Amino acid sequence: MSESTNPLADDEETDATDRGGTDARERETDATPEAGPDADDGEPERPDTWTPTTGAESVIAALEGADVTRAFGVQGGAIMPIYDALYHSSITHLTMAHEQGAAHAADAYGVVAGDPGVCLATSGPGATNLVTGIADASMDSDAMLALTGQVPSHMVGSDAFQETDTTGVTKPITKHNYFASDADTVGDTVGEAFALARTGRPGPTLVDLPKDVSLDDTDREPGPAEAPARSTPDPEADTAEVAAAARAIEAAERPLCLFGGGVIKGNATEEARAFAREHGIPVVTTMPGIGSFPEDDDLCLSWAGMHGTGYANMAITHTDCLIAVGTRFDDRLTGGVETFAPEAEVVHVDIDPAEISKNVHADYPVVGDAGTALEQVSAAMGESPDVESWRERCTGWRESFPMDYVVDPDEPVRPQFVVEAFDAATADDAVVTTGVGQHQMWAAQYWTFTQPRTFVSSHGLGTMGYGLPGAIGARVALDERDETDRPVVCFDGDGSFLMTIQELSVAVREHLDITVVVLNNEYIGMVRQWQDAFFEGRHMASEYDWMPEFDTMAEAFGARGFSIESYDEVSDVVEEALSYDGPSVVDARVDPQENVYPMVSSGGANGEFALTEDQL
Amino acid sequence: MSGSDDANASDADPDHPADAPDAESARRPGEDTPNRGMAGARPEERPQPAGRRNSHGVRVDPEVEAAEAERTAAVSALVENEPGVLSRVSGLFSRRQFNIESLTVGPTTVDGHSRITLVVEETDSGIDQAKKQLKKLTPVIAVGELRDDAVRAELVLLKVRGEEPDKVHAITEMYEGQTLDAGPRTITAQITGDQGKIDDAIDAFRQFGIIEIARTGQTALERGDSPTTPGEEPGHSATGADETETETAAEKTGEYDD
Ligand SMILES: Cc1ncc(C[n+]2csc(CCOP(=O)(O)OP(=O)(O)O)c2C)c(N)n1
Repeated sequence: MSESTNPLADDEETDATDRGGTDARERETDATPEAGPDADDGEPERPDTWTPTTGAESVIAALEGADVTRAFGVQGGAIMPIYDALYHSSITHLTMAHEQGAAHAADAYGVVAGDPGVCLATSGPGATNLVTGIADASMDSDAMLALTGQVPSHMVGSDAFQETDTTGVTKPITKHNYFASDADTVGDTVGEAFALARTGRPGPTLVDLPKDVSLDDTDREPGPAEAPARSTPDPEADTAEVAAAARAIEAAERPLCLFGGGVIKGNATEEARAFAREHGIPVVTTMPGIGSFPEDDDLCLSWAGMHGTGYANMAITHTDCLIAVGTRFDDRLTGGVETFAPEAEVVHVDIDPAEISKNVHADYPVVGDAGTALEQVSAAMGESPDVESWRERCTGWRESFPMDYVVDPDEPVRPQFVVEAFDAATADDAVVTTGVGQHQMWAAQYWTFTQPRTFVSSHGLGTMGYGLPGAIGARVALDERDETDRPVVCFDGDGSFLMTIQELSVAVREHLDITVVVLNNEYIGMVRQWQDAFFEGRHMASEYDWMPEFDTMAEAFGARGFSIESYDEVSDVVEEALSYDGPSVVDARVDPQENVYPMVSSGGANGEFALTEDQL
Repeated sequence: MSGSDDANASDADPDHPADAPDAESARRPGEDTPNRGMAGARPEERPQPAGRRNSHGVRVDPEVEAAEAERTAAVSALVENEPGVLSRVSGLFSRRQFNIESLTVGPTTVDGHSRITLVVEETDSGIDQAKKQLKKLTPVIAVGELRDDAVRAELVLLKVRGEEPDKVHAITEMYEGQTLDAGPRTITAQITGDQGKIDDAIDAFRQFGIIEIARTGQTALERGDSPTTPGEEPGHSATGADETETETAAEKTGEYDD
């Protein structure tokens, strides 16, 4: 790759005439990669006010104009002009080991920061490596912008080197994607894509950037980042809808709030908490909704669904009025819809009208922003429903179905104990990320979440390998906000960790203070659990006869490694790992036979959750 | 959430669950908590409500539950005529398993706008979903479902054997069609009309031996003053700026405002 441009805006030689195409000038020799944007010290100089002169600079100007401060990505031929334009940008770029890691890191960054994360990749394999992360963001309605390099426009369609139809591939997994066609407009396109990602129901967007568009000259400055007016929903709900919902809630005898991820994404946590407390209505959350309501509050029954608490699933089964906010009624939440909240009138508050009655019929649709709509509904309610006895029933279920497990010093360490140990040793504002599997469920079940944006996981797509890059993104978001004291703990499975383990190199290189806790059961545990329950215990492709030593491996990366093999090691390791200022990996050898309960079988009734295998 | 079981919770310091259990203070398997899994009433011992929903998530009386019937609907989408918009629409329909009978697309008189007409066969809730999902696509400007009395038409080209030109001509006339090509071996006719008429015409041509056929699928417009998609304004006056304003006004009246 010899193509590059010099984006020095104050360099007079950087003129339109010698720009673009294959005869672009070589970068000046002092601009070594080591001194580049990844270096912590010595921000490259650029005048405060500058005007883009190429498509690539226009892209960066648009990002800066949208207050983007951070990007995650991996270099490559077709994206080089964009990277080159980043060289003098105020945006800090974090080079990841793999594009999937870049996408997950950007996703998690966005979840924690509340602003869309940005990821970059080159064409072809770079772009396809992003795909899992984009799909993940799409399923979880996470705002994210992906920028991908593309072969030059005139070669598109010719099966050129590293050409992939990126907009084609990502069409079904983006909120919208764009194929940039012109250096004059590419900045506006990127701005629009960024704004669209966070507007209304959030989601990932992508702009595919042919190399010639990036290299071409332009004298147009991008305008402010704005989403198309059509895509900007009205936050306020229809007053008739609101009134109808209010009447239904007033009349309810067994009302229940169901807070989904939309409550957190819509920054409606305060309104949601106020609503439930003012009316004394018990709360369950979905998994993405974890943190929307404090789990240590008496009203909170934690989360419902396949591995939700028994009490949440009892409440959701017996409610007569489900006030669902910002949830899409995923099948892992509902089980079989035939038996989902079967006696409930459903009030469904959502910003996306297409979610209304998609999976579960909404008797009272309320289309609007979660916080605004909840306040509207509350204001429209004349009185609170009388729920004293219903609350008592809910409390009763909490006692009849305790989230309990056995701790026996003669047996291997229970994974739940490790989760609780880390929870106890960290403040409420710690951020937890996870991979996918049993460990994810234990983290969700046994960590007591009280704040929004502290549980960062792969919910809808269930992507093994999310945890470590997610922790990197979360850490970066916190550090940027000077919240360096807030710990980031990644609970990972041995299988999940191995899927994106290379990102440990990034954490070491960037000196990121994260703690990876591998709940190592030497199994693809969740699969093993299902095989035991549904495939007569045939452990096909779910057990290993060899596993790396994760603590030693961590040390080889330059991280700190710890291991836990018995209960009496737990508290020391927890303390040491958390107090180490940098990435640490705890290889927690946990009971390989432990299973996740309660469990609602797929398509089963939530109220019939199993507590032991024979109940499945 | 606490992992402790009631009987032993008092032994453990709740602030330090990380403390290693020893033989005395261990949370031993109680009578309640099995070594694997959890304590609590078995599923069949719990009260279960009698209510049910159907597969669309609608609460129903389980005794009288009947499958929701499918119907055919024509849906019109006004879209921005940008590359890939057709594949977005068709991709949406295939991904979400909406049954689609036909799809036609063509420009309108407004620069940069096209109209896509889709004929879908779905339940009421399926049609509703299809419309809402369509509306969510960024290049889609407006979506409307055509009323029963809408004006609908489709075009078919039929190539039949040319042995009996007079008879072919007669049938073509009967269906108010046109002969586009007539040679010694084949005759190609064009028929337009609603779906029923086209179906009938095809049946009538079968006697000659149909060699090839090409059908466009249905296009449709609302009758009279009603706009085909909500807020749609007459094609000659649309500009970006007042588009949104008129949209609200027209949405309220459901009619063109001029
Ligand atoms: C990328 C990906 N591949 C496969 C799966 C299917 N899957 C779900 S859970 C699971 C096991 C995860 O094992 P591990 O990470 O060791 O966690 P554990 O369940 O043992 O805690 C697998 C293979 C998945 N969710 N994601």
